[in-house]
Amino acid sequence: MLTYILKRLFYAIPTLLILIVFSFVLMHSAPGGPFSSDRPLPPEVLANLEAKYHLTDPLWKQIGRYVYDVVFHFDFGPSFQYKDRTVNEIIAQGFPVTLTYGAISFAVAVIAGCALGMTAALNKNSVWDYLAVGISIGAQVLPNFVMAPILVLIFTLWLGWLPGGGWNGGQWQYLIMPVIALSTSFMASIARIMRSSLLEVMHSNFIRTARAKGIPARTILFRHALKPAMLPVISYLGPTFVVMITGSVVIDLYFTTGGIGQAFVNSALNRDYAVMMGITILIGTLTIFFNLLVDILYAWIDPKIKL
Amino acid sequence: MSDTSISPATSPEPVVKGRSLWQDARRRFFQNTAAVISLLIMGLIVVIAIIGPHFAAWDNETIDWNVLGDIATMGAPSIETGHYFGTDELGRDLYSRVIQGTQVSLMVGLIGSGIAVVLGTLYGATSGYIGGRTDNIMMRLVDILMAVPYMFVLILLLVVFGRSMWLLFAGVGMISWLEMARIVRGQTLALKSKEYIEAALATGVRHHVIVLRHIIPNLLGVIVIYATLLVPQMILTESFISFLGLGVQEPNTSWGALISEGASTLQYGTYWQLLFPLSFFVVTLFCFFFIGDGLRDALDPKDR
Amino acid sequence: MKTPAILSMTTALTLCATVAMSANHPVTNELLSDEQVFTYRIGDEFASIDPQMSEDVDGGAIVRDIFEGLMNQDAEGNLVPGVATHFDANEDKTVYTFYLRDDAKWSDGTPVTAGDFEYSWKRFVDPATASPYSWFAEEMGLVNVSAIIAGDMEASELGVTALDDHTLEVRLETSMGHFPLMTTSEPTFPSPRWVVEEFGSSWTKPENIVSNGAYVLSEHVPQEKTVRVRNAMYWNNDATIIDRVEALVISDENAALTRYLAGELDRTEVPTGQFNSLSKQHPEEAISFPRSCAYYYFINMTDSAHPALLDQRVREALYLTINREVITNAILQGGEFEAYTFTPEAISNFVPPENPAAEMTQAERIERARALMAEAGYGPDNPIELDLLYNTSETHRKIAIAVSQMWKQALGVEIVLQNMEWKTFLEARSNQEFDIGRAGWCGPYNMASSFLDLMSSTHVYNDAGYANDEVDALLDAAKTTDDPSESFTRIEQVLAQDVPILPIYHYAGVYMMDESLQNWPVGNVEQKWYSRELYFTAE
Repeated sequence: MLTYILKRLFYAIPTLLILIVFSFVLMHSAPGGPFSSDRPLPPEVLANLEAKYHLTDPLWKQIGRYVYDVVFHFDFGPSFQYKDRTVNEIIAQGFPVTLTYGAISFAVAVIAGCALGMTAALNKNSVWDYLAVGISIGAQVLPNFVMAPILVLIFTLWLGWLPGGGWNGGQWQYLIMPVIALSTSFMASIARIMRSSLLEVMHSNFIRTARAKGIPARTILFRHALKPAMLPVISYLGPTFVVMITGSVVIDLYFTTGGIGQAFVNSALNRDYAVMMGITILIGTLTIFFNLLVDILYAWIDPKIKL
Repeated sequence: MSDTSISPATSPEPVVKGRSLWQDARRRFFQNTAAVISLLIMGLIVVIAIIGPHFAAWDNETIDWNVLGDIATMGAPSIETGHYFGTDELGRDLYSRVIQGTQVSLMVGLIGSGIAVVLGTLYGATSGYIGGRTDNIMMRLVDILMAVPYMFVLILLLVVFGRSMWLLFAGVGMISWLEMARIVRGQTLALKSKEYIEAALATGVRHHVIVLRHIIPNLLGVIVIYATLLVPQMILTESFISFLGLGVQEPNTSWGALISEGASTLQYGTYWQLLFPLSFFVVTLFCFFFIGDGLRDALDPKDR
Repeated sequence: MKTPAILSMTTALTLCATVAMSANHPVTNELLSDEQVFTYRIGDEFASIDPQMSEDVDGGAIVRDIFEGLMNQDAEGNLVPGVATHFDANEDKTVYTFYLRDDAKWSDGTPVTAGDFEYSWKRFVDPATASPYSWFAEEMGLVNVSAIIAGDMEASELGVTALDDHTLEVRLETSMGHFPLMTTSEPTFPSPRWVVEEFGSSWTKPENIVSNGAYVLSEHVPQEKTVRVRNAMYWNNDATIIDRVEALVISDENAALTRYLAGELDRTEVPTGQFNSLSKQHPEEAISFPRSCAYYYFINMTDSAHPALLDQRVREALYLTINREVITNAILQGGEFEAYTFTPEAISNFVPPENPAAEMTQAERIERARALMAEAGYGPDNPIELDLLYNTSETHRKIAIAVSQMWKQALGVEIVLQNMEWKTFLEARSNQEFDIGRAGWCGPYNMASSFLDLMSSTHVYNDAGYANDEVDALLDAAKTTDDPSESFTRIEQVLAQDVPILPIYHYAGVYMMDESLQNWPVGNVEQKWYSRELYFTAE
């Protein structure tokens, strides 16, 4: 196992390099640049700016310099848009925010989703099943851009219980609505995958045999059924966790949380190449890491799985 | 195990061999009341989307100048004005717009998740089945694609190929298959170590036959459920893609666009702008859920 | 490191001030509120609050609060003293001398000198600084500015010199009567050399910054909020009433409105089309006033456009058919003004030409437009299809849809709507990949030329390829005339004949504003507002 993990970690290096090169080329081929603006800059001003940010160098040289700075100085460069700030600062400020509300939302979604899915599967076609299914579909059809304004209308404008936005260092009042808005649709998805997967396992021969042997239902569930049923849920959770902790632009936009999701989309819209690259590398690293974790979990769930 | 596992590997006609499986599945599907009702409702929505425009008093782009300027009172749903669902913020008939949006969104949802199902399943099953270095490389590629700044891909698509509905489908499909591939690959890894696969291998069944005949049928449950999850996701993603300028353009619209417009003006008392498109969306999702569930039960090889 | 001491001093002072504040306004004698904290919404994180780097409106407002330039604007946009008490100019207005007050101090106690301005202006044009706004220095016409920006000359050669600590001499390449107005623009504000040199690009961080305005920056959480508190060192600190100003970044204007209604904000923008109903519900809070900005469509007159657009009659028909009343009254509903000229009437000394189109009823306009189209040979038998390009935004979308319907219904012109995200839009626009495109323009200073310059055949913003020798000549002449208003009227007349652009409306500032917040400069068309001028009255 250890060799496997080391091997995978080694593979992460070329993977990230390819990601960097690919994204770099992609970004630079998109129309518009960081300094194109409504009122076009006079050529001499543009030339000064491009020189300052090394945009006049050939692309391979820019990539080389970038990789060098990142690897040897852990320096992701200055932001093109926010002239007073560096990418390191932007990520250091936004990522903890997103990580906080993302991780809490993830925990809520996983716990509630698994509970709902299990309730539904174990009581198939009963009232409980329909209730759980109803809740999970209800949660899914309210996309977060619908949920967010409704929550604010209710809790801020009508009831006056919660602040309508802001972060304030992550005090609990500021966390509630973002967590609800972010977690519900993921919760619904987890519930649905859990339900179907558990149903499938419960129908399989070894569970039928166990039942026939008269093993109590609870023991069957927790001792035998749950682990294999978790397999597709875990496949889903790996990338989902990355999505949640790297932020939701809707949450950041609507609740002014100042997380990295908004920074990411803004940087793409502003062609802020440096911020864009920094966050892409962050997402790439997390994706690689959590997909590795998922693969390790596979082996734990089903020792017969050969990686 | 099922009858399919004994079928000789020499058979060139999987359709013929598979017929009993599909017939069986169809029979079981139609025994599932919820699924059948959902299928009927779905059919009804499709019919409405097709013949609905004939009953409209207004088309989807003409502005009712009498209503414009006081949407909150004049634009409310009414039989008299001919705006059965009311009007949008610009005084355009919401009934016609919802119907036209239905056409777009159903297509996007179905084609988008269709791409995900086909591409994701084949890719994931191949990767998981072959395993080893191939699996490693294929999955690292997925890692990369998951992290690539997707917005630029979309913008480039727009710039290089211009605007079209096909690009919208391509754009939607591109995002959706990655997770599907990861999930399918995970399940395949588990299936691969099952006795009957080993048995099939030992009897010399060829690899692609094993994948198509044994692995994928056993994955259908997960695939179907995940595909029904993808449908709403695709429908909503479309509105983001259109925001970038790719895809559906005014005066045409889609559920995603209508819902987000409706949600943003909710506080101004024009509830119908959210209510009608959202209702269509909700009903469709419920239908997809029950159809998906019915399909899953019907296709489950263990449930014979 | 003096900053922490300053900060705590400021806080202490703020506290005293708050306790002692149950007072009356020194001039109007209104009873003041105990709590003088102004919280407002900004739509986007500002790019920079380094004066020489600042380029956006929201950042500009913060720069005006924490820094102070030579001159300021009053509530009507007139010049009033800032760091300079007065100025004089030589006869042909090419050399200006500004006289600085001797009690102006930086927030660390250092006196503000003419040398600070000289340093900052040179820093502004230095290619090493690479300010994206440095084109403004070229508009200012300082001696040698273009050569310096192009890198052909040292920044030290710029036409600005501190004669002594309190006298600043500015030399211009051409005569310019409105030069002092430009010193109210943020890039001309001073930066503290010793702080810039010590901290580099992070000198504007709250823990490092030293500034000379009425406020100092005390907190900055990017994408969330910026807080400024009063500066005890400011020369006119006694007259400041607002103690603390918070700018919250809220991108979604509907979300911002909800939070305003929940009492979290004192000022926010009214979302498009909501002004009428909001002013019914909150008559004291919904306000609207003219701005010096124009919203217009421009017509591609290069080879890449639809050939019909090269026909003046088609352009005029399009111009006539836009029902501006519907757009201002029914869609925008915020007190915007129907535009038949490019230059807003709110611009001082601008006299719009007589324009028959503005006097007609819409029915007459459409009749005339149909006749023009028929004359040009287009109509139901020979319809034209045009691309209308706009960038993604609610307002642009609504207007584009409405206008396309007007054209379709009246003239049978088919419009293909093309929305694009901002940077793609800019690229398509500069490559002339459109027939008709959306544009908006806010004049950088209160003169008609700040609009009409765009119609010059050589202007960088002229993507539409419009060129008229008479306009170019009139614009050149206007730069040196004492009263150019006649030239401006004439240019508008030419524009009404040539129709290179289709003016649609002139902006209004449309806000929800707490009714106890007083003295908002609604008469300042450039919306240069200063927190130190505002105050809250007791309810």
